[in-house]
Amino acid sequence: MSIISPQIIGEHGLSSDEYDRILAILGREPNLTELGIFSVMWSEHCSYKSSKFWLRKLPTKAPWVICGPGENAGVIDIGDGKACIFKMESHNHPSFIEPYQGAATGVGGILRDVFTMGARPVANINALRFGEPAHPKTRHLVSGVVEGIGGYGNCIGIPTVGGEVNFDPSYNGNILVNAMTVGIADVDKIFYSAAAGVGNAVVYVGSRTGRDGIHGATMASAEFDENLGEKRPTVQVGDPFTEKLLLEACLELMATDAIVAIQDMGAAGLTSSSVEMSDKGGVGIEFDLDRVPVREEAMTPYEIMLSESQERMLMILKPGHEEMARRIFEKWELDFAIIGTVTDTNRLILKSRGEVVCDIPVPPLVAEAPEYERAWTRTPLSPVLAASDALAEIDVSPARTLLEMIASPNLCSRRWIWEQYDHMVMGDTVQRPGGDSAVVRIHGTDRGLAITADCTPRYCVADPVEGGRQAVAEVWRNLTASGATPLAITDNMNFGNPERPEIMGQFVGCIEGMAEACKALDFPVVSGNVSLYNETNGTGILPTPAIGGVGLINNVSEKMVVPAFRSVGDDILLFGETGGHLGRSLFLHHLGNGNIGAPPPVNLHAERRNGDFIRAQIDRGLITACHDLSDGGLLIAIAEMALAGNLGAELTSPPQDIPELAWWFGEDQGRYLVTTKLSDEVIAAAETAGVPNRIIGRTGGAVLTLADGDSISISTLREAHENWFPEYMATGKS
Amino acid sequence: MKAAVIVSPGSNCDRDVQVAIRQSAGTEPIMHWHGDPELPNVDLIVVPGGFSYGDYLRAGAMAAHSPVIREVVTRAESGVPVLGICNGFQILTECDVLPGVLMPNAGLKFVCRDVNLRVEVTDTIFTCNYRSGQTIRIPVAHNEGNYFADKATLDRLEGENQIAFRYCTTDGEINPHANPNGAARNIAGILSKNRNVLGMMPHPERMADPALGGTDGRLMFDAVVKALAIA
Repeated sequence: MSIISPQIIGEHGLSSDEYDRILAILGREPNLTELGIFSVMWSEHCSYKSSKFWLRKLPTKAPWVICGPGENAGVIDIGDGKACIFKMESHNHPSFIEPYQGAATGVGGILRDVFTMGARPVANINALRFGEPAHPKTRHLVSGVVEGIGGYGNCIGIPTVGGEVNFDPSYNGNILVNAMTVGIADVDKIFYSAAAGVGNAVVYVGSRTGRDGIHGATMASAEFDENLGEKRPTVQVGDPFTEKLLLEACLELMATDAIVAIQDMGAAGLTSSSVEMSDKGGVGIEFDLDRVPVREEAMTPYEIMLSESQERMLMILKPGHEEMARRIFEKWELDFAIIGTVTDTNRLILKSRGEVVCDIPVPPLVAEAPEYERAWTRTPLSPVLAASDALAEIDVSPARTLLEMIASPNLCSRRWIWEQYDHMVMGDTVQRPGGDSAVVRIHGTDRGLAITADCTPRYCVADPVEGGRQAVAEVWRNLTASGATPLAITDNMNFGNPERPEIMGQFVGCIEGMAEACKALDFPVVSGNVSLYNETNGTGILPTPAIGGVGLINNVSEKMVVPAFRSVGDDILLFGETGGHLGRSLFLHHLGNGNIGAPPPVNLHAERRNGDFIRAQIDRGLITACHDLSDGGLLIAIAEMALAGNLGAELTSPPQDIPELAWWFGEDQGRYLVTTKLSDEVIAAAETAGVPNRIIGRTGGAVLTLADGDSISISTLREAHENWFPEYMATGKS
Repeated sequence: MKAAVIVSPGSNCDRDVQVAIRQSAGTEPIMHWHGDPELPNVDLIVVPGGFSYGDYLRAGAMAAHSPVIREVVTRAESGVPVLGICNGFQILTECDVLPGVLMPNAGLKFVCRDVNLRVEVTDTIFTCNYRSGQTIRIPVAHNEGNYFADKATLDRLEGENQIAFRYCTTDGEINPHANPNGAARNIAGILSKNRNVLGMMPHPERMADPALGGTDGRLMFDAVVKALAIA
């Protein structure tokens, strides 16, 4: 009698079509272990079945790209024999259920993806989205997620150097926790996951396997409903101390010549690591499950293969190197077990207590994984909102509005968060959190990596194509503003249920816009992650293609700039075109009417021209400070620079042809604010390059003064800017 | 000068201290693995920051029983200079080289930020490059930095000038607002009775490079190197 009932198939998240496909591949009915393996490998989380078709449209190549998407992380050449390895990954579903462990294991997982490839991680950043502050769960989730990220990163000793945080009601039931790790390796010491060498030992190292996290990948591939508490056992538990030992042991072994291939056990644990390694290498793998180090007795093959216990790795070793490798792992007090061999059968064969409990041909398990070109509809666009129409019934003071906005949840200081992260350990954080990009030096040199993450979901929901363009462009801009040459990005695509055509339309649109921007800015995608089904009871999140970017500064001590007014009497210059675009601005949002109009358009030609111009001026040494303009527009950017430098400014009158509030709060793209002592030279260069420019003020004093005499002291601004977060977390104000 | 940095499983500021010593001394410190009880003869021992043994049980409690720590205790008692930073300070209190304990921060959260310290004594090899009462800026990064000891011990530390640093405002004022973790009497660092051991929560190795924000911490490493080179 069949043990695989339709109910069991359903519980494994497989459709009846998908089950028929399994029957065809095996030529028989699967047993429960085999069904479990198919179900996790074919889950949305592991197979990218709804997104694969579209992800292929993203540009992934450039002369400096060593390895694009498909491996554990992306690899780029950063010169001097060094490579930068990085990736961003989501841990959204687990973090909502269990915020501390969900976020902590998200950090642990992405760290492993990077050091699996031979890199020492040098920085973590993150992109977080929470529900509205007034929602009863938000405070608890913020607190747990921040503590979890800090708890893991602080203990392992990798600095968490920055990130972004937004609040929006669309995340009330589905928060987003996207973690990114950046590491540095020698270009000739990069490790890949393709298994090779028939007869070579397959080695398991790290923590023991327990019953935690079984079916985490399946859980992350479904919507939430009210029975959320039942999903708690699917969340893994992290142990950063073990990961620190695993990191040091792996890097020690990698310095020798023993490893053929290595892969971390992330989502779907031993299953996905063994399947991916054998598939990429075109070989088979045979395991004796009795040799897998386990935490609990009587674990079944099903549990061992589907466990998502953390801090584990699978390696193929060269013959004769097993004992040397064992000594290294034993020194670090970690388990080391030879659990199988590489075979020439192209099959995944599992034995337990002398019996074969699984026998699956690997190529069809991977190649015949379902791929859906899901139905999609283009997002209906809103008409462009003229500034005069947007402002028709608005009469507020710019200074007063600045003070309110700078103290609002989406613009206030994130100090409460980043002071819980050790952002200085490793001794190379030359630009700490709070700026446009964080900058970490490449150890022992004066070269630095600029790192940032960004996305503006309220633009993406209004016009996914424009929003996709903007997310990539803003990351490029953030890197440029710190003096870096932008090199490549990783993307974390967070969306709702792809089975709904309007959600799929958001996904398709964002990819389209991102691809255009990547192409225009020579800014390829080298790694990424997709998180779908971010919905609760049928309500999806704002489309959130979070972009993490890396750039290079060749001479940090001279060519890095920060967004802080530095000295009295500098001219403040604005570069880029200002039209006063208020549609989807934080200004309108602040006044309660943010969801109208088209988002600001990104002119990729102007973007490139303006950014290249800014970088050239920084390189010439003419710029004393630089900040890109984004959320909240010009006046917010000025205030941020004043706060960072603890120095005021006197501002000139807005131009006649733009309404005053649109000038101060419009969110036109491709703009930078710089200070300089040599404005004639900088302006002359801007004229030559065709970059719109305007002197908008001069630094000095302890007050921001507008041309109409309206003013606000830096200390008042600071109090408003700094107080919101700690007060909200402590008292429940919202 | 020969220095040794004790490396435990979970140490993570060992390399930062190595860089700071190399910079001030011009020589490489020995990176000594905790499991090796044979500690070479050195002029200075540093127990660095991190999360030895993951801070499990209690911060520093497990590392205090490492094979090499018994030797560190003996050397400390015989007068060899020992510097314990952050987790190193926690370890030194756990093995009773220094009095008191480091409890969880009063705010119950990890705190990573620059703090101001008032230099309370300058008659030690660690602090002789500072002026008495000088305010210096050095970062903290810890979960358990809330120094506690009974009143008699605190009075004795004060009476015997064993308090090396206290958390203060930029103007050098000692008050609760300047205290990042609730430490008794704003204590950030203390000396052993014979003044050759300094335990401190702030990380001087993180302020030893202008590119990282300042050099107030470098002055400590320079002072130790100079004093030990002469001795």
